[in-house]
Amino acid sequence: MVDFNGWDMPVEYPSVGGIIAEHNAVRTGVGIFDVSHMGDIRLFGPGALAAVQHISMNDASRLSIGQAQYSALLYPQGTFVDDVIVHRLGDDDYLLVINAGTREKDFTWVRDNAKQFDCEVTDLSDDYTQIAIQGPNGVNLLQKLTDVDLSAVKFYWFTHGTVCGLKNTLIARTGYTAEDGFEIYVPSDKATSTRAWNDVLEAGKEFGAVPCGLGSRNTLRLEGALSLYGHEISDTINVWEAGLHRFCKMEKPGFIGREALEKAKTSGLKRTLVGLEMAERGIARDDYKILDEKGAAIGHITSGSFAPFLKKSIALAYVPPQFSELGSAVKVEIRGQGVKAQVVPIPFYKRPKKG
Amino acid sequence: MDYPTDYKYTKEHEWINADGASATIGITHHAQESLGDIVFVELPKVGAQLTAGKPFSSVESVKAVSDLFAPASGTVTEVNGELTSAPEKINQNAHSAWIVKITLKDPNELNSLLSAADYEKFVAEEG
Repeated sequence: MVDFNGWDMPVEYPSVGGIIAEHNAVRTGVGIFDVSHMGDIRLFGPGALAAVQHISMNDASRLSIGQAQYSALLYPQGTFVDDVIVHRLGDDDYLLVINAGTREKDFTWVRDNAKQFDCEVTDLSDDYTQIAIQGPNGVNLLQKLTDVDLSAVKFYWFTHGTVCGLKNTLIARTGYTAEDGFEIYVPSDKATSTRAWNDVLEAGKEFGAVPCGLGSRNTLRLEGALSLYGHEISDTINVWEAGLHRFCKMEKPGFIGREALEKAKTSGLKRTLVGLEMAERGIARDDYKILDEKGAAIGHITSGSFAPFLKKSIALAYVPPQFSELGSAVKVEIRGQGVKAQVVPIPFYKRPKKG
Repeated sequence: MDYPTDYKYTKEHEWINADGASATIGITHHAQESLGDIVFVELPKVGAQLTAGKPFSSVESVKAVSDLFAPASGTVTEVNGELTSAPEKINQNAHSAWIVKITLKDPNELNSLLSAADYEKFVAEEG
């Protein structure tokens, strides 16, 4: 077990046989993650939409009830407080799912910046245990445990229904694995959450479902080039650098960070996030330096690993824009040696479209 | 997993199996278990000089990088090239998946290393 922002969490489940086995179970079958560490903030009241619009970069006015969107909370400088998933629960009712490591900071920030709006801000993080059921068989597994017709729930939509006998459970078709899957939110008391976890594992047996830890959660999201706070996004990295502009709606007036982003756009980028694949033997890892062909440091890796499904060494890195073109040759400094790598398209992995 | 009694062990979790002046080196079952899925083995060149207690190579799993420390001083005579394409052999059987063979500079250096029983005790205490 490791301490992850105050949570005791397994890097891997030894019974499964390693991170690679967990990872590939999610790509080809189904894996189950205990992601109770994720936080939840609810904004409720007549001013809830206006508050969400003010504090987040995506356009929540486009959400129907039952729909979710990837978004982020920004500082006035256009850098990241955190990335979030915004769920529209009802007319004036929104749920933000946030990261564990930024929970207190996020809640204080949301509460302070929503003050001017007529809505109530509540930290529900301790009330819910979140279980992620990820992989192509996730839908079949979860269907056994619920009366809701899951085929009617599209990607990034959610519904409420009975799951494992628990009424009115939030069931969202979301995840952090670049795979199809669901996340369910069950009451966090020990008896209920333990029973739900065991029920999911039991129902998954016929699909070869395995419990998955933090290790495979990281390699799965890396293959999908999904950002991790403190790595690809942080309070010193802005939206343009992180390449998340498609989730940032500049035509939306008055959201925090917008003015700075407008300025940053005209002054040009100093660095940009790219995908790298090693061209020589070696594994690129977090914080390793990126070198140009002459050996001068030009950037650093934010996340790097051996990719278990793709079976190669991949990394996300910040480099100056002139090195960001696909096919650009760079080097990664591994134990004092410059090892060749090249810029490749991201995401590294895209799940196959259903035929 | 049994720890062969004719091997000697280090507190850095390498094993060494000496036969006269030549010796074979690998990592222990406990080391591979702690590392998890091994995906990369850096091999030294034949002819490289190893100094007892100093790093000479590294093994990487999905989650971690681990330096290999020389159990004894000597000259590399052979490397296990099979590990380049199949590093998982170490996970499958750490005590047969050797990494390098060396000619020992001084076979007496091995006297200070741990026996199988001492190593197992060390691992148990290290928790």
